[in-house]
Amino acid sequence: MTVKDQKAPDQYASADPTSLENPASAETSIVDVVDPRRRKLLVLGAAGVGGLGTLALAAPMIASMSPSARAKAAGAPVEADISKLSPGQLLTVEWRGKPVWIVNRTEEALKTLDQDTGRLSDPDSEIEQQPEYAKNASRAIKPEYLVVVGVCTHLGCSPTYRPEIAAPDLGADWDGGFFCPCHGSKFDLAGRVYAGVPAPTNLEIPPYRYVDDGTLVIGEDPEGAGAA
Amino acid sequence: MSANIEKPPVADADKTGGGMLGWVDERFPLSKLVEEHLTKYYAPKNFNIWYYFGALSLLVLVIQVVTGIFLTMNYKPDGALAFTSVEYIMRDVNFGWLIRYMHSTGASAFFVVVYLHMFRALMYGSYKKPRELLWVFGMLIYVALMAEAFMGYLLPWGQMSYWGAQVIISLFGAIPFGIGDAVTIWLKGDYIVSDATLNRFFALHVIAVPLVLIGLVAGHIMALHEVGSNNPDGIEIKKNKNAAGIPKDGIPFHPYYTVKDLMGATVFLIVFFAVVFFAPEMGGYFLEHANFVPADPLKTPEHIAPVWYFTPFYAILRAVPDKLGGVIAMGGAIACLFVLPWLDRNPVRSIRYRSTAYKVLLFTFVGAFIVLGYFGLQQSTPTGTLISRIGSLIYFGFFPALYFISKSEKTKPLPERVTYKGHAADGGQA
Amino acid sequence: MAAIRRTTSVGPAGPSGLSGTVVRRAGAAAVTVARRTAARAVRVAGVAGMAAVVAAATLLPVGSAVAAGAVVHLEEPRIDTGNEKSLQRGARAFVNYCMGCHSAGYQRYSRLAQDLGLSEEDVAQNLIFTTDENGEPTKVGALMTNAMTKEYGKTAFGVAPPNLALTARSRGTDWIYTFLKTFYVDPDRAGTGVNNLVYPGTAMPHVLWPLQGWQVLEGSAADEVAADAAAESVEAGHTETGDEEGDAHASADPVLKLESPGSLSPKEYDALIGDITNFLAYMSDPIKQTRHTMGIFVLLFLFGLLAVTYFLKKEYWKDVV
Repeated sequence: MTVKDQKAPDQYASADPTSLENPASAETSIVDVVDPRRRKLLVLGAAGVGGLGTLALAAPMIASMSPSARAKAAGAPVEADISKLSPGQLLTVEWRGKPVWIVNRTEEALKTLDQDTGRLSDPDSEIEQQPEYAKNASRAIKPEYLVVVGVCTHLGCSPTYRPEIAAPDLGADWDGGFFCPCHGSKFDLAGRVYAGVPAPTNLEIPPYRYVDDGTLVIGEDPEGAGAA
Repeated sequence: MSANIEKPPVADADKTGGGMLGWVDERFPLSKLVEEHLTKYYAPKNFNIWYYFGALSLLVLVIQVVTGIFLTMNYKPDGALAFTSVEYIMRDVNFGWLIRYMHSTGASAFFVVVYLHMFRALMYGSYKKPRELLWVFGMLIYVALMAEAFMGYLLPWGQMSYWGAQVIISLFGAIPFGIGDAVTIWLKGDYIVSDATLNRFFALHVIAVPLVLIGLVAGHIMALHEVGSNNPDGIEIKKNKNAAGIPKDGIPFHPYYTVKDLMGATVFLIVFFAVVFFAPEMGGYFLEHANFVPADPLKTPEHIAPVWYFTPFYAILRAVPDKLGGVIAMGGAIACLFVLPWLDRNPVRSIRYRSTAYKVLLFTFVGAFIVLGYFGLQQSTPTGTLISRIGSLIYFGFFPALYFISKSEKTKPLPERVTYKGHAADGGQA
Repeated sequence: MAAIRRTTSVGPAGPSGLSGTVVRRAGAAAVTVARRTAARAVRVAGVAGMAAVVAAATLLPVGSAVAAGAVVHLEEPRIDTGNEKSLQRGARAFVNYCMGCHSAGYQRYSRLAQDLGLSEEDVAQNLIFTTDENGEPTKVGALMTNAMTKEYGKTAFGVAPPNLALTARSRGTDWIYTFLKTFYVDPDRAGTGVNNLVYPGTAMPHVLWPLQGWQVLEGSAADEVAADAAAESVEAGHTETGDEEGDAHASADPVLKLESPGSLSPKEYDALIGDITNFLAYMSDPIKQTRHTMGIFVLLFLFGLLAVTYFLKKEYWKDVV
């Protein structure tokens, strides 16, 4: 049984014998009955819907890379008991895998915060390294207690606590603060970075709130207060 | 085509476009590849529903690789951690459950699609000259796919994972002259299936076999494009070319088969996602119940069955009462398929033009395969074993029967041109 | 009329001689029709056969309800993991009665808050009874583990009590429900004094006995002892055929009788273990409700995409003649 060769409609007069549209070659399975606008619309429509579908498929894949429930549980807020913290003492609490220091600052220590602020890079905490409620002179909710993430803002080492005034290795003008042994960055007792050291910004203040006078929760903002 | 005065004149008569495409084309055969394999690759116009499954196989391969990558981000290939890490993915990782279900459903979907793809080849004689190598590539892909699925199934480290692997690896122990035991220990990396086995199966499943699969698929498509596709009428469209050298019954793959495959892919995805969202376990066929219990080397589950796509061969294995005989039969069942192009001596390709005897033979073969599959899932019973034996005989009998029938069968006269009903032909609107 | 034509290009060189042609000419039409019908029938039969196998395979769950030598017909509880109240009751019963021995160590407490319509405080105050390694109350984000180690469990019971978070998927809800229902007094069991119809020889004691009471196996020695007791005996096992002489042959399953009641009536007890089973079903697949909802949207979208790709395909294929 032979299928008769189809006669292409006599619409196109292209003389090019290699052209598919040429009815003279007459033996092709493709004829041109194109409504180009309809075709373009359909292609755009398909591309649009298909694109949406691809995005919808990509979204869960990408979301799967965000912290899982396990990571979030491990990063949950941590309670800290500061009722036994004596003046000058530093308590380390782990939150989200990082050390968080709670320092009971003495009266003298608090006084040094206003001295020589010209030596600091960011004395007024302009850069967002702290929540709104810690954007003050002592960078804390209550001035007596400093709550700060003990990770140097240079490359991530954990600085040492050097509260002693004029320590021999730190110089006569050392007012007490934190010294990072890795590359020599210096921070004052509010975690503010000195000028001329490798670290670019003040130490980070985490979100925290007081449950009562003797208990902190690190990782949660106080009621009604927003984060930075 | 814009004339670009800065460029040196292009010696090649072929047009390379201006702008970015032209820049690339001077350095990489991009337009040439697109033409050769898409816009000027002519495929027969009479592809029917059976011709979707090749493209769908490619789609499922992509799905498996992408979901596999995201699973690997959270999975732990350690005997003590693997099972828990899978539950971690299912519960704690955002959308981890979706990625896991897509991967497990994809594994079964891969075999559904590949079996239908192979059946098409049997029906339309797509394995015959000049496509024998295409068929061999396909069979190699099939074997690699089975290895990939088998190793992947160990990874959840459930009871079925562990004991299924235990049973299948111990089959190698049937090899005589002491080689068998040495081989099984070498495969396991230990004296029993253990953490060592799990870790190496992970490495093979995640990178080694996928690389092999992708290479084989590339070879498969290249072999196809070298000779051109077969079609449901089994006639060679290249025998009827027009003045321009283009097959009269051929249409460019792009855009015609790209849009058709896009539609087919959408239908597939509807079925696929219906399963993923509403029946991912599929009654215990896609995710076996026993696999929700962590692997216990001291306790064998009541009923060990491989996943459904292996069961025809498992039934053949169990049908033979001898261990080594069973292994040889199982391997032989797959090996016979490799030589199909040389067993079928009839030049007529498509079932449409072959004898009733051939049709009966093919459908009996497929029926035996399905029945074997069913009994491979069940526990061994005397009736089941009897039926499996009959099924195995039918299965193996297909090959010599085909060899003899194919030479002398009465075939129908072949058409000059393919049978196709055009859409514009029925007075369609422009 | 089909035009008879010799095969021109390819064809067997076989017996298609004159006689064959004559035969074909004579009954050509009829034979062709018959052959076509036969071919279609073969094809239909093949497809129908394949469909039947697929249907049978999907309707026969493989290896589900893996009952270790179960001798009873498994009852089906009502499972609805969207019923928050049932899940809350089940959770409460689970942490109070089961978690002493059975951990659910893949499930997080915070997830219970999410899915059961509870606040994290509710969960922390009412459902958490353990402490962590620092002696602090277990945090709500933690996994539902308990203090019983595998070694201790093995020493105490002979086999460690399994993690129940996935049991509903491995054994099935029918199994769990009927298991909780068919504990009975068995004087031959020295350790726990009870046995179970669904899992004979279980090492688990009948933890819920204060609620269910004690059942005995009809026709057993224990039953005869108790036969003189309370007037009302309620069937707690399979349907009873009303035979006073304890003739268990009428129904194939063994029958349990409630010998001494617990604090719950049999109906209340069934409701409770239904809740526990529902909760276990939820724990084995906590994302199920979300999965179904999302699935509906995905399928709706895909049908829309199908419409678009279908019209796209039709449009282009107008070209093909």
